[in-house]
Amino acid sequence: MNGYGIKAIYFFELARTWRTLMQSIASPVLSTSLYFIVFGSAIGSRIVEIDGIGYGAFIIPGLIMLTILTESTSNASFGIYMPKFTGTIYEILSAPVSTLEIVIGYVGAAATKSIILGIIILATARFFVDYSIEHPFWMLGFLVLTSLTFSLLGFLIGIWANSFEQLQIIPMMVITPLTFLGGSFYSITMLPEFWQKVTLLNPVVYLVSGFRWSFYGSADVHVGISLGMIAVFITLFAGIIAWMFKTGYKIKS
Amino acid sequence: MQPIIAIENIQKTYKSGFKALNGVSLTIQPGEIFALLGPNGAGKTTLIGTVCGLVRPSGGRITVDGLDIHDNYREVRQRIGLVPQELAVSMFESVWDTVKFSRGLFGCKPNDDYLAELLKNLSLWEKKDTNIMALSGGMKRRVLIAKALAHEPRVLFLDEPTAGVDVELRRDMWSMIRKLREQGVTIILTTHYIEEAEDMADRIGVISKGEIILVEQKHDLMQQLGKKTLTVHLAEPLDKIPELLANYDISISDDSLSLIYQYSTADQQDGVAPLLEKLASLNIGYQDLSTKQSSLEEIFVSLVAEKVEAAQ
Repeated sequence: MNGYGIKAIYFFELARTWRTLMQSIASPVLSTSLYFIVFGSAIGSRIVEIDGIGYGAFIIPGLIMLTILTESTSNASFGIYMPKFTGTIYEILSAPVSTLEIVIGYVGAAATKSIILGIIILATARFFVDYSIEHPFWMLGFLVLTSLTFSLLGFLIGIWANSFEQLQIIPMMVITPLTFLGGSFYSITMLPEFWQKVTLLNPVVYLVSGFRWSFYGSADVHVGISLGMIAVFITLFAGIIAWMFKTGYKIKS
Repeated sequence: MQPIIAIENIQKTYKSGFKALNGVSLTIQPGEIFALLGPNGAGKTTLIGTVCGLVRPSGGRITVDGLDIHDNYREVRQRIGLVPQELAVSMFESVWDTVKFSRGLFGCKPNDDYLAELLKNLSLWEKKDTNIMALSGGMKRRVLIAKALAHEPRVLFLDEPTAGVDVELRRDMWSMIRKLREQGVTIILTTHYIEEAEDMADRIGVISKGEIILVEQKHDLMQQLGKKTLTVHLAEPLDKIPELLANYDISISDDSLSLIYQYSTADQQDGVAPLLEKLASLNIGYQDLSTKQSSLEEIFVSLVAEKVEAAQ
């Protein structure tokens, strides 16, 4: 195992976060605060409790998920796309590092950043609403696993993308809509029965539901299914990345 | 002596069907400077990329220090440093951060003293805290060299190291390359500049259309490459070559108004002055003289033509 290699990639990627502090951390925190003000305080005060939870507190897990999913994906995709774009990937590919070590470095850094963001948003939420965390270890577990899963997705998007437009297309056109429609701002039990069944096709439902369970002990789907879905995503994304490196897909000629 | 690099029958065919390497075999000895010459698209960069793990070969085998580049990729890559042709370097990092990154990436323990010495040798120490984007093109190329040397490799590949750099920097780089060789580093460089190969290399290989056309000691090849043509524009037409000039590689132009003399710069006896003295003794007057040295491109063409002829 090339520990120095992993460390080099990991800290290089984290250094990028500090170089772009406003874009990396301040911007997501600001936009999440705006969500709390608009949905939590302004509109939320006129919405009845859901499952016995005030609306402002109800949306906290969904808002954190929204940020984690989009930030993990964009950060990890940008992290590996930039070396491809600038040509500096030659150094990674000619170094004595395995695929696993490269993935640990890049994905680990993107996930770390998302976890830090999630915790900052959680702390920010305290300024707007009162909330409790029923299962704090599970909450942390879901935070880490979801960050890892979507950083893996971002990493494979970064390898796949041929342009900055393609880099943005999945987070903007797929992940954000799925998160909004995945019960971030409502319980899926509030939907008509037909749409409840359709919504179950949305994988983000299982992530938001599991995460909300760790906060309030209530969920739209069983927490075991949520964990199972995360395992499926991790296996799927890791498998695709392994295939990409094995075949040299869009990396090696 | 076991070669530091042994390339056996390497083939590379891209998905488009383009055959970039067609059965290349080559051995590089430890501590030598090997210059790989060839026109654009000859396969130089593909060959280097294959050894360094950037290009997947379609066939053949490569060993570095006796280790297979696939089975022992960690040990092999640890031994190799690569300076690419393009200025591919992360623009927003400082010089110091980028060389530290490279050392770590190649699995080496931090060694700030070594990196400081390296930057001083490359005249980069004053710029160590400068963002790379603020450096000149020549300085960026030095940074690439520093990155390639950050993990103390035994073999250094330099792909067109002096392309687009000014004469002063080119001389600096040649001097640096010689110093590296003195430290025991094996150097393989690709170049378009014949003078670069002439000045530095121990051996020269010529590649064309994915095949190694020849590999020779520099001295032998320079004799071949150092041929010049002298054209003597005569005052009056000449029908035939006088007997006194029979030993010279000389011919008369179609209009009988010029003598065309092929000679080697390396051979003093065949030089221009003795010929002119003989022309004077023969009372052959001339109006003008012009000399021309074959360009590298022409030499490649002639080498390829010779190879095709030999094959037929």
